[in-house]
Amino acid sequence: MVHLTSPAFKENAARALADPGLQKALARTKPQFHGKRAKAVAGLPEFEQLRNIGRDIKNHTLANLDHYLEVYAANVEKAGGVVHWCSTADEARAVVLEICRQAGAKTVTKGKSMISEELGINDHLEAHGITPVETDLGEYILQLRKEPPSHIIGPAFHLNREDWEQSFRESHTDLDPKRVFTERRDILTEARTKLRSRFLAADVGITGANFLIAETGSSVIVTNEGNGDLTQTLPKVHIALASIEKVVPTLEDATSLLRLLARSATGQDFSVYTTFSTGIRRQGDLDGPEQYHVVLIDNGRSNMIGTDFQEMLRCIRCAACMNHCPVYGATGGHAYGWVYPGPMGSVLTPTLVGVDKAGHLPNASTFCGRCESVCPVKIPLPKLMRHWREREFERHLTPGTIRTNLRLWAWFAKRPAAYRAVTRMGIGALGLLGRGKGAFKWLPFAEGWTRGRDLPAPEPGGTFMARYAKARRQGR
Amino acid sequence: MLQTRPRVALFVTCLVDLYRPTVGFAAIKLLEAAGCQVEVPEAQTCCGQPAYNSGDRTTARDLARNVIDTFLPYDYTVVPSGSCGGQISHHYPGLFDDSDPHYRGRAEALAAKTHELVSFLTDVMGMQEVAARYDGVVAYHDSCSGLRELGIREQPRKLLGSVQGLTLKELVDRDVCCGFGGTFCVKYPDISVRMVSDKAKDVVETGADTLLAGDMGCLLNMAGRLKREGAPVKVRHVAEVLADMTQDAAPIGEPK
Amino acid sequence: MSKDAILGAIRRGLKRGPLPADQAAMLNGRIASHPRHLIPARSRIPRAEQIALFIKNVEKEFGTVQRIPDLAGVPEAVTDYLAAQNLPARIVMAPHPELESIDWTARPLLARETRRAQEGDLVSLQHAWAGVAETGTLFFPSDPVRPATLNLLPETEIVLLRASAIVGAYEEAWDRLRAERKDPMTGGWMPRNLMLVTGPSRSADIEQTLELGAHGPRRLHILLVEDEAAPREMSRAEARAQATAQPGTPAAPGD
Repeated sequence: MVHLTSPAFKENAARALADPGLQKALARTKPQFHGKRAKAVAGLPEFEQLRNIGRDIKNHTLANLDHYLEVYAANVEKAGGVVHWCSTADEARAVVLEICRQAGAKTVTKGKSMISEELGINDHLEAHGITPVETDLGEYILQLRKEPPSHIIGPAFHLNREDWEQSFRESHTDLDPKRVFTERRDILTEARTKLRSRFLAADVGITGANFLIAETGSSVIVTNEGNGDLTQTLPKVHIALASIEKVVPTLEDATSLLRLLARSATGQDFSVYTTFSTGIRRQGDLDGPEQYHVVLIDNGRSNMIGTDFQEMLRCIRCAACMNHCPVYGATGGHAYGWVYPGPMGSVLTPTLVGVDKAGHLPNASTFCGRCESVCPVKIPLPKLMRHWREREFERHLTPGTIRTNLRLWAWFAKRPAAYRAVTRMGIGALGLLGRGKGAFKWLPFAEGWTRGRDLPAPEPGGTFMARYAKARRQGR
Repeated sequence: MLQTRPRVALFVTCLVDLYRPTVGFAAIKLLEAAGCQVEVPEAQTCCGQPAYNSGDRTTARDLARNVIDTFLPYDYTVVPSGSCGGQISHHYPGLFDDSDPHYRGRAEALAAKTHELVSFLTDVMGMQEVAARYDGVVAYHDSCSGLRELGIREQPRKLLGSVQGLTLKELVDRDVCCGFGGTFCVKYPDISVRMVSDKAKDVVETGADTLLAGDMGCLLNMAGRLKREGAPVKVRHVAEVLADMTQDAAPIGEPK
Repeated sequence: MSKDAILGAIRRGLKRGPLPADQAAMLNGRIASHPRHLIPARSRIPRAEQIALFIKNVEKEFGTVQRIPDLAGVPEAVTDYLAAQNLPARIVMAPHPELESIDWTARPLLARETRRAQEGDLVSLQHAWAGVAETGTLFFPSDPVRPATLNLLPETEIVLLRASAIVGAYEEAWDRLRAERKDPMTGGWMPRNLMLVTGPSRSADIEQTLELGAHGPRRLHILLVEDEAAPREMSRAEARAQATAQPGTPAAPGD
């Protein structure tokens, strides 16, 4: 399970900023994200209209979520599948373990799934003697390195090629230690070979779901590698993990969202594999699982309905927000300290682990709004982060010094005459201090500012209001 | 242009008041040149953004009431900042829920007639050009609230294009934040400094000798970093150049 | 029970109880009528251009397309392609009647096995049910004559697609699926597995640099049968294939 380090966001961020390997990876990644999405969006003139449609589809679904979930579950059962409703992570873990035990599973292959990270499925299976094998290339190396993902669609974007080579040499000890990786392709080929045998041996395959379709009872996964399809096609049991907000009413609804998803995520017009799974192997079929289980997980989502944070349930996990976030771009994903990094994580994590633990996340934003401007379903992420700050303020979680300063400043700001007097004095003093300097290298109480930049001195001659009043008095 | 001279109230903003009074005078000069009758209401202090963004809605609401009461009588309120302008025109109405319909209505009325300076000059007053000269190569930074909340992008470039002697260069990643973010810059200084360092690098790479923007917060941040790096880039508010008042004050962070 | 707990929590959030019957009926009506949303203009073009757009998009996504006049051209196209890629003349083929109806005797050196894919298979010959011009996407509904493993295990996938099976947008393919297919288990039309495939498998997980052939095929080669003269209907072969999927009926040859 991803160990929660969100309370140490500041320390995490400082470490990330000082990590040359990470900074190299981030510098490589950032411009690619921007350029690819921008190109894909430019290629579809209706993209902006589709964003409104995507938002409306999700809003409609959420307003009727109970109904659509029931229709969905009934259709899964018609196709021979089983739906397991789970309120908590504990329940979901227990259900998954029980299915694996019933199947006599020794190894379980897994497609990339963020909800699986949220639930901590791997640790739970391992603790009970079942070996989970991550098959997404990025997740695979993270499993070898015992690291959590740093990004929701590119979990290992924080690694460099040399990290891959080193991990493969350390883990694939049956191979010639003197082998040479001349190209990235060689790394890929080694992983493909290693994982192919795991796919074939697995008793159970676990995937996530990008969408659930009420109309047909289908779970949908979107991948580029094909690992998700091998995971759900080869073993005799397929388990799809999905949180309750993944459901949409019809294929047409899913289609509109799919037009947004890949473009927003990787800048592709469409992902390589978009696969709809509906129930168990049919009579006469030559492949496909004999059992199909959907683990339908709430784990805190239903509490968001009817609150300010309901809009967050529209999220389709494309990662555009983090790809365009300058804070994420500076620190990478691990600094956020839990499963979901970037702006979507800054809103979602406090709802799932508590704002007392994840309070830094919604504060670590300049509210630049770039995330909202690229969100395919128009989630007002800065507004929702501000809502968290309001909850923190109400619950006195905001640090005492900030509260005191705010209170002091507000007292004056509400009293224009006093404000005028005190600012005139303050600026006068600062002006005297800074006379002839133009900028301060260091100032008491401004250490945060002056650590990495000078503080420009105020323009000499007093405040605008004082100068303006003087000029008026002099009849100018 | 409008037929009669509209009564325009200048909302000076804290940072212009305290740090850069010349911007206030430049704003008055530009507004008058555009045919406005400008007044500076005495009772103004702060738009309340620091409280609003710190989660203190009560204080934000109290300060908003003061601004609303002070500025509502005028035809327009003009602000030489995208972020303070956006606070009034985009966030004030949301501060008053259904329990205070009176102020909600007043907030909406004020929001509808509040504008950022440069976009007001072009979009409302129809200004096409300015009478100014600036001999220099200029990079213009779009502040996030101006760009994304208020849609200010082409307006400053259009007016800058009419300044004699001025060459405009574009930053790469011009829609990326400089890292100021109000209290963010002192709450998370490490991240903020990284962001502004990246921005400073982009500025230097344009080869521009001058950096302009429409928001004092971004300008202080970028000037502070450029100064720390010893980069020979002059930093000014866009209004100073448009009003041809660059003689009135040394660039931000430079000794007089 | 968790189901009741979850539904109850959702309803509490929505500040209502279970939906009244008339509202539930309205939502069910929305599902039954599955209204289309915006369909991008890019695919709403004349037929010939749709086919050209399909090809362009496949190639953009690193797939390859070869046009052939009719099914009789398949054996030559397959053997030539294998030779050009320096691959052995051996394929594993979907037990699809259309592929089985082809006269392969002119290419005796091409080894063919008709079955699902297994480890070690290098090249598959699969049958695509439709193509979507909008993004160059192939539709593979699973059934006894179209095993999904053929899309996944071999490094090279060759796909037979009739030009008449190309539609503009995904929504048109959904309507065709709804009209033409019947699922033996649910009585609906959705197959157990429906793969939408756009180009060969790939990954950018290593330094965000694109590499083809991650876990699925590294090459995706489409043989496009130019049958456009005839209006598209479900071919008789396909109708027969579907009939075999009904419970209680004997399996088609090759199963």
